[in-house]
Order: sequence, then structure tokens, then C-alpha cells
Amino acid sequence: MASLNHPADLKYSKTDEWVRVEGDQATIGITDYAQDQLGDVVYVEIPLAPGQQLSREQKFGDIESVKATSELVAPVSGEIVQINERLKDHPELVNEQPYGEGWMLVVKLSNPAELDDLMTADQYIAYLEGR
Amino acid sequence: MSVEPLIFEKGAPGRRAATLPALDVPAEPLENLVPPHLLRQEPAPLPEVSEIEIVRHYTHLSQRNFGVDTGFYPLGSCTMKYNPKLNEDMAALPGFAALHPLQPESTVQGAIQLQYELEQYLAEIAGMARVTLQPSAGAHGELTGLMLIKAYHEHRGEGHRNLVLIPDNAHGTNPASATLAGYRAVEIKTDPATGGLDMDRLRSLLESQGKQVAAIMLTNPNTLGIFDRNAVEIARLVHEAGGQLYYDGANANAVLGITRPGDMGFDVVHFNLHKTCSTPHGGGGPGAGPIGVKEHLVPFLPGPLPAKDEQGNYYWADPGPLSIGKVRANTGNFGVLVRAYAYIRTYGPDGLLRVAQSAILNANYLRHELASDYEIAFPQVRLCQHEFVATAQRQKQESGVTANDIAKRLLDFGMYAPTIYFPLIVHEALMIEPTETETRETLDYFVKVMRQIAHEARTNPEIVKTAPHTTPVGRLDQALAARRPNLRWRPGQERTHGLGQP
Repeated sequence: MASLNHPADLKYSKTDEWVRVEGDQATIGITDYAQDQLGDVVYVEIPLAPGQQLSREQKFGDIESVKATSELVAPVSGEIVQINERLKDHPELVNEQPYGEGWMLVVKLSNPAELDDLMTADQYIAYLEGR
Repeated sequence: MSVEPLIFEKGAPGRRAATLPALDVPAEPLENLVPPHLLRQEPAPLPEVSEIEIVRHYTHLSQRNFGVDTGFYPLGSCTMKYNPKLNEDMAALPGFAALHPLQPESTVQGAIQLQYELEQYLAEIAGMARVTLQPSAGAHGELTGLMLIKAYHEHRGEGHRNLVLIPDNAHGTNPASATLAGYRAVEIKTDPATGGLDMDRLRSLLESQGKQVAAIMLTNPNTLGIFDRNAVEIARLVHEAGGQLYYDGANANAVLGITRPGDMGFDVVHFNLHKTCSTPHGGGGPGAGPIGVKEHLVPFLPGPLPAKDEQGNYYWADPGPLSIGKVRANTGNFGVLVRAYAYIRTYGPDGLLRVAQSAILNANYLRHELASDYEIAFPQVRLCQHEFVATAQRQKQESGVTANDIAKRLLDFGMYAPTIYFPLIVHEALMIEPTETETRETLDYFVKVMRQIAHEARTNPEIVKTAPHTTPVGRLDQALAARRPNLRWRPGQERTHGLGQP
């Protein structure tokens, strides 16, 4: 756990997604812990398009590693602004830069109050340790 | 052992393994026999090799196989027990091997009798009323079983039931089968105290959505190797809510002769004959996944079912009007059924009980012996069943050695690896199932090797992280293979391994 990175300026969900808020938009990805648990990611599928509405806790895609396949779950509600198309050909970005080039979605927040339900980095680390 | 080239990479233009005799009938131009647009414009680049090249090639490939006949294969939840050669002899008898499935019944009395009796044995073992031998594998049995449950609910005017409850440690086929059958899978967590189903969660789910629940799918013992003592209570609760109980028979090796899914309250059960009844696991088939059902589901079974008339003649009885219809051509993978029949007859009731007892004893022995070097999942459960889950959590924290590394390192010692990273609820899982057919010496050797690997992880982790070292190829880049699969050889493609050894 010590070697993993969970930046203080992000919000975290119990399903291991992170959220970076900039204005009324939020970028979403999976945490360093999640990518470390999954191991080498081999496939990211997000069968959605910009303009579609996403609600909190809705499944927005699947991520497959050499170990397992998991669901990607929306930590906040909003309209999809952008999807990281590069992950189709370069799923390894999720392992290499989970908070950078490995991002997955940008949404326009429809209910910013939901952000209060997410965890801070410290809360997330405590949550992981209790898991 | 070096890397064996593909057969396409061997040989030389014009080389042949056989010389054909001169043509003694008039030659007919190909164009007169095959429509010209279907003819190749240039010859296919087939291998051109001599007989000895062919023989060596396939002999080399066969020597690279690893199976239960070669060494220990503790692949959890797969029950890689030895497959007695007697089964092969029986299946090869001309009276079985040379039959055609559509032969008149009067000429295949023995074959129908075998299936009639096998159905009875399996029904007895599982505590069920009847069994269909048709499904071709365990997952096919799951799908068939859920189709029966669906037909049953629909017949009772309860076709609205659309949920199937599945524990979070279930085999991945369970939610897949439920989805394929048109149901929605709902996950139930494992109780961290017992390793069994979270009963509070089950009760609250049944309370809130019980009228939607079509079935629950359970493996008992579950994939943690833990026998869920609440099985009877689970059956009562689910039945009260109007749902059915499906038993995933993948772990049936632990209960043979000890208890029966039917007695625990299950309505449908599948058998993996390739696990429990020592039929070959094959390279993906052929398999057999018979399912047994309680009386109320019998009218929905696929047909035909084997039957016997008053004169003692065997025949195939057509199913009634409520049958879901056939789920496979003919009556099942007959050759596999012969092997399972031979296995059950060889052991008999007392023998099958000893199979389960020995499988449980072997697993508990390994679990006990490995506990000093590896963390054991759910250590508070005193005894495991036919398998258990160890973890490489300690090794990963101390030296970065993962379950995957340990699995690869085992190959260097002539053994196959346990199932890794499953069940998903245990981090760095190593799921170990020794089966009943291994000797004490083999188990002790496995323990010795696992302890050595744990020692290496502490003192020389690199040797584990870079394993295997003694196999024909070393550590493969499994992520690259999945990200950019290169599955097809093309003429002129450069060889990437070796020195050009023919």
C-alpha cells in the first residue's frame, strides 16, 4: 500500500474510481490501487458516446486484465463530454499513468452535491486498509 | 528442450513424405470437377516435409504436453484427478466405439442400458429424481438447468421472476449462464466470519425482491473449499420466496457418498463428469455435464430419456409436452458417459465415499503443511473440504513476489500450478486442490517445493520473479499476448526463436 499513489487533490469512490473536478466538469479514472490489483490491463471497453447521460453507480464499461475482468462504475452523475479513445489501442496507459494518460471519461456534472459522498485520499487509504 | 518450429517452417520445396502410385484411371482436369471461380489461383503454401520430419515434429510436441499422466496438477476447482486407463479400454470396446447414434434400438441395447443405469447412479449420488445426460459440459448443464427452472416458473404463471442470486465467490460460469438464460445475476457477498453465504444479505434480498427471484446458484463446498453449513436454511428461505436452488456440481468430489445436493434441498444439480468421474478434461472437449432434477422439474427435462419396458428391453422414451426440447444432438457425448460409468462401477458406493474422504484428507494435509509459509484464506475455518485457498499476500508485501510468480516457479519443479487469482474475493489467491489420487510422497514433494519457493521469495526473489527457468520457453509476456495477439503464421515470416535447428 505504501508504494501506491493516491493524490490528495482527487476524490475517490468505494469502487476504486477517482474523480478530478475542474469547474463543472469531472475527469474519471481508476485508482493506482485498482490498477495494481488488476495487474496488466489488456482491454478497456467503454461502449458509450459523448452526449449520453451517466448516473451515479451506473456501469460505464469493462476493464480486463490478465487476472480478471471488472466493471467500471460511475462515481458521479453527468453528461459524457469525452471518452479516452486511446485506451482502445493502449490499455497499458491505465497501469502506467492511472491519473494521467490512463483517464477514462470526462463528464459535465449534473449533481455536484454527489462529490460530497466521495472519499478524500486519506479516507480512501483508510478504506483500503480496512478492506 | 528447444523451441519447436511450426510444421510450416520445416521442410523444403518439393519434399514429400509419401510417393503415390501412378494414376491408373483417366485423369480429369480439375476445372471439369470444380467450378473455376472456386479454384485457387496459386497453390496453397502447405508444408513440404519428409516422413521423419513429421514424426519428429509431432513427437516433440507431444513431449511438451503436461498432464496428470506427467505430474502433479493441483489446479483448484478443476479436480485434476488421475483418469484410470481402464475407462479408456471400456470406451474403446468396439460394441461402444463403433456405434452410430441413429442405429435401431434393438441393435444398441447395451448402450441404452449403460445410459439408463448411469442415469440411475447419478440420480442416486445427487439425491435427484431423474437425470439428463445430454449437456456437453458443466456450463451447458448450468444453462440447461436454468432453462428448466425458467420453464417451471413460466408454467406456474411466474415467468416474471428475472433474478438469479449468485455468491461473489462463484465460478464465473454461473453469472454467464444466468445471463445467457435471460436472467439478471445478483451478487451476494461472502460472510467474512464463516466463508459462507452472507445470510443477512440473503434474507434482506429475499425480503425486498423475493418475488423476482427465479433461483439461487450455489457451489457447496464453495470455491473457498468451505462447506456452507447454512445450506438447508438457505434452501428453506429461497423456497419460501418461491425460488429454486441450483447446485453447481464442480466441487462434488468433496461430497460423494457423504451428503447429497438433493438432501440439502437443491432442485437442480449438474455434474462435471470430467472432474468428479475421471473422464478426460480434454483440450476443451468433448465433455459431459449431466443434470439431475427433483420430481417437480422432470416434465421439463430434455428428451429422449433412456427407459426400460416390462420385457426388459431398453428404449428411448420421448419427453412429454412440457419438455424444453433437446439441448444437444442425439443423447450426449456417449464415449465420455462410458468412461464415467466405468469409473462409478469400478469404485462402487464404498469406493466413492473413500474418494471424497481421501480428497478432503489430502487437501487438509496440504493446508496444514503450507500454513507456516503462506497465509491461508479463512484460517478460522478448522477444516477445508477437497480444496483450499492460500495466498501470496505475505510474499507480495515482503518482496513483491506474487501468486503469478509462485505459479511460474512451480513449473520449474515439474508440477503444474494451482489456480491463481480465483476466487476473486481473495487477493493473490493460490487455490489448491490435490485430489484423492496423489500419493503422500507427491504431496510432501509439493510442500517441500512450496516452502523452498517461500524461502526464495525471502532470500532471492529474482529467481521467482523471472521463473520459469527450465521450461522450453521462459516467462512469456502474457499482457502483450492479450493486447496484441499474433495468432497466424504467414509465409515468409521470420522465425523469432532458436538457431534454425531443423
